[in-house]
Amino acid sequence: MSSLNATLDDDATLVRIRDLHFSRGSKAIFRGLDIDIPRGQVTTVLGPSGTGKTTLLKMIGGQLKGERGSIHVDGLEVGKLRRRELYALRKRLGMLFQSGALLTDLTVFDNVAYPLREHTDLPERLIRHLVLMRLHAVGLRGARDLHPAELSGGMARRAALARALVFDPMMIMYDEPFTGQDPISMGVLLELIRTVNTALGLTSVIVSHDLEESLSISDYVVIISEGKVVEAGTPASLRESGSPWVQQFLNGSADGPVPFQLAAPDYADDLLGADT
Amino acid sequence: MIDFLQRFGGGTIGALERLGRASIFLVQLLAALGSLVSRFGLLVQQLFASGVMTLSIVLVSGLFVGMVLALQGYNTLVGFGAEESLGVVVALTLVTELGPVVTGLLFAGRAGSAMTAEIGLMKATEQLSGLEMMAVDPFKRVFAPRFLAGFLALPALAAMFSAVGVTGGYLVGVQVLGVDAGAYWSQMQNAVGFTEDVGNGLIKALVFGFVISWIAIFEGVDCIPTSEGVSAATTRTVVYSSLAVLGLDFVLTAVMF
Repeated sequence: MSSLNATLDDDATLVRIRDLHFSRGSKAIFRGLDIDIPRGQVTTVLGPSGTGKTTLLKMIGGQLKGERGSIHVDGLEVGKLRRRELYALRKRLGMLFQSGALLTDLTVFDNVAYPLREHTDLPERLIRHLVLMRLHAVGLRGARDLHPAELSGGMARRAALARALVFDPMMIMYDEPFTGQDPISMGVLLELIRTVNTALGLTSVIVSHDLEESLSISDYVVIISEGKVVEAGTPASLRESGSPWVQQFLNGSADGPVPFQLAAPDYADDLLGADT
Repeated sequence: MIDFLQRFGGGTIGALERLGRASIFLVQLLAALGSLVSRFGLLVQQLFASGVMTLSIVLVSGLFVGMVLALQGYNTLVGFGAEESLGVVVALTLVTELGPVVTGLLFAGRAGSAMTAEIGLMKATEQLSGLEMMAVDPFKRVFAPRFLAGFLALPALAAMFSAVGVTGGYLVGVQVLGVDAGAYWSQMQNAVGFTEDVGNGLIKALVFGFVISWIAIFEGVDCIPTSEGVSAATTRTVVYSSLAVLGLDFVLTAVMF
């Protein structure tokens, strides 16, 4: 079955999302989302806060299931995998959480070594080599004995990146990697995401609302709002988009298709009718 | 009135739904226990965290509870000239009732709350999601070791509570109040049966350990992942565990004794 899906899938597309519906309580998060994430490139999913960008990553990783529609990752339909198959797929995916999600009771070294120790019987010497190589790649070889609590936010994200890379995944998903970073950490992260993608031949998916930073390193950008894709294309093509919504989003205008005022009764009526 | 019925019904459905989730969770938890065979170290770690770290409060409480029992018991028994039976009173009360129950309450406050807070924070800081995305099952690596550790630690702690309590009773009854040491120990030996008293006390402790660990871990996993959510879940753990211990104690006593 999976081989059949693989042949159906275009080889250039690693993640194919079709007609995805998902709601949380009574609030619809996705209403028919279609996204293709190209293999080997850096793709950014942009959107206002609360549009379900993190939810999307969790759905790609099979942590949440949609009500309708499908997600194929490397030809496998995530929602239909059995537990064992899903875990096998997850070993090939890396995810970088916003907080880093490092295990707080382990040192940086042990955190990076954790997936190796869990899933392989590699000798400790080899694990040490692999971990140090990954830590060196993110510039944290000197922090190997620190605990996550002793790291700055940017360093925690780099350590988490080293951990996500240690299993040589085919794809890495970044959840809001730039939020709350100082300019230097930001520069380091941007550089890392780009070089890691090229050097290791990965596919990277970034969800973010940090516009300029994301656009600067992306090959392909998808903008979602209100549960649907509003626009998709290269960063250059987006800047030339005719959609007023996209222009408002890119320029950060306070008023436009997304109104400054939430829907409310008429202002004058509201003020005068205060007592009734 | 309608409004009241609506809220009452909504609350009941909510509570039942939660109970259902907790039951499914328990089944998954029990299914994950087998994985501990290959990860014995995780269990030892958790036995230390929930068992050894609770030891001091259990021992101190046990000592004082035993001393108070001896004091109160002596005052009552001496009126009938039966102060020689002090050992029996102290030992039976501790082994069948106070040992498991008080240890259970202390365990819920000390170790149960810590379990909930730890797991709740792991959820809030996405560590649980992180494990899942690394293809590591949190049931096997996080929940099962804590559950089994709580289940095993409580009977051991209750036994130590009772032992220290009996010693406390000896200190006050024999050393201070002047009950005959031979009578204290020999009457105790004659009256306290191993299976019916010590054994049943042990069963109580096992049941309490099971329930407290279940509640504590479930509350942690089910909490709203914010600071208020974790704090509310921790409070719920202590409240529900304590009520469960007291309620189950009545049921078990009615069934076993």
